[in-house]
Amino acid sequence: MGKPEFLSRPSHPRWGEFVIESTIRVLAFSSIGFVILIFFFLVREGIPIFWEISPENLFGTRWYPTFGLFGTLPLILGSLLVTVTAILIALPLGVATAVFVREVAPNWAREILKPMIEILAGIPSVVLGFFGMTVVAPLVREVLGAPTGLTAFTGALILAYMALPTIISVAEDALDAVPKSYRDAGLAMGATQWQTIWRVVVPAARSGIVTAVMLGLGRAIGETMAVMMVTGNAARMPLTLDSLFRPVRTMTATIAAEMGEVAQGSVHYHALFGIGIILFVITFIINAMAAVTIFKKPRRGGLR
Amino acid sequence: MEPKIRFQNVSYFYGDRPALRDVTLDIPPNAITVVFGPAGGGKTTLLRLINRLNDEVEGTRMTGRVLLDGQDVYAPGVDVPRLRRRVGMVFALPLPLPGTVRENVLYGPKLAGIRDRARLEEILERSLRLAALWDEVKDRLDDPASRLSGGQQQRLCIARSLALEPEVLLLDEPTSGLDPISTGKVEEALQQLKHQYTIVIVPHSVQQAARVADYAAFFLMGELVECQPGRDLFTTPRDRRTEDYITGRFG
Repeated sequence: MGKPEFLSRPSHPRWGEFVIESTIRVLAFSSIGFVILIFFFLVREGIPIFWEISPENLFGTRWYPTFGLFGTLPLILGSLLVTVTAILIALPLGVATAVFVREVAPNWAREILKPMIEILAGIPSVVLGFFGMTVVAPLVREVLGAPTGLTAFTGALILAYMALPTIISVAEDALDAVPKSYRDAGLAMGATQWQTIWRVVVPAARSGIVTAVMLGLGRAIGETMAVMMVTGNAARMPLTLDSLFRPVRTMTATIAAEMGEVAQGSVHYHALFGIGIILFVITFIINAMAAVTIFKKPRRGGLR
Repeated sequence: MEPKIRFQNVSYFYGDRPALRDVTLDIPPNAITVVFGPAGGGKTTLLRLINRLNDEVEGTRMTGRVLLDGQDVYAPGVDVPRLRRRVGMVFALPLPLPGTVRENVLYGPKLAGIRDRARLEEILERSLRLAALWDEVKDRLDDPASRLSGGQQQRLCIARSLALEPEVLLLDEPTSGLDPISTGKVEEALQQLKHQYTIVIVPHSVQQAARVADYAAFFLMGELVECQPGRDLFTTPRDRRTEDYITGRFG
């Protein structure tokens, strides 16, 4: 009686496993490595600005690089104004559309709508920017009677439009993942279709919907081209109530517009990378907040 | 005694596939009626026809009538949400909705538009007591429902149905995911509940069917083979197929 056969069998199939596993590991670590390298590069190029000029200057209210004024506050506020407004527009529209597509629309309509929404996501931002300049901006100018249609609000509209496909697709997937039994449970309690959707299905999909909005927000705050084309690019402090309907300038637009003509290694150059660092920190905070809101909540009830 | 629910020549199809074939069945009030048989026999479909939950399923066809207190539940103009509040349903898997124990029980009453705080508290305690869960959760009413054990979650689902003060309680394999002790507690709760409610249950085993049945209906491939008081059916079945099934010769 020898050893059982499975113990003595040669382990040559493990070779294949080893190669596959190692390859995947190298790929995974390299993508993490690239992120770290990018971060390192960003910090190396940008960090000098924090001691080259005074903090009062850096977080001042005036951005005039030619006069040595690098106040980033109007750019930060400009970005926040445009992004927050965009989300306020895109969130209700996106969630409502997702609910419609998943819960209300008949099958044939869903089959048409879903690919159409996915095509929207593929429109290059420069095309949307052009559309914003030639169609939306004149409309905003006429409706508001403003001196120019290139305003924060125009930018927010375009950004909202860009974030919509992401929000809709991800939120729709989240709704789709809610087990049918939740719907049955809601209906069996005498809820109408709408009550079941709003009080049972949407809350059950909450974490997915938060993710959808955060992904949309991530796309919106980092967006450059379309925003640069339609917001007017005036680096002024958006402090008054009507700022939304005046030109603003965002952080991303500033980097994109000025990076091409700046002398490498100059204070201005460092300032632009400094903006990059600030943008990175803001994005990081948003993502961290999203993670906290998703994980802090008690586990979802029911099926896991 | 007037039956609470009557099926009159009900046939039901998913597409071309028949799920129920010409079923005629009376379900008496204030008793536990067990609907049992091998898988695919149409038991769940039968339950879901009573509260019209199958309305949502596309591509189905039904003939015959389902009466609740003598009234056709499929008649035009029937208020379906109201029907479903009269006919509560508990599903196979314990399915707490997102939220706390309290929120779970009060979901239905709040949907029905009850706002009065004191009234809601009263419903909460009454429903949990009826489901034999009050003593175990009275200090954890604001804990997430997902923290309860499986057996507690299932009784919570029963309490959630009872909170709507239904007349009929449908249970579709309510103990299939539970251990024997939790199963015992749920069955005990049902024995208390049958004095006030009409209960229709799809059991998860023949043993459970025999334990809880006041009346038992045996279904085979969508056909009602026989229906008798439980003690008769499980001791002296009339039909050979019933006997084969309950003695374990097939299925």
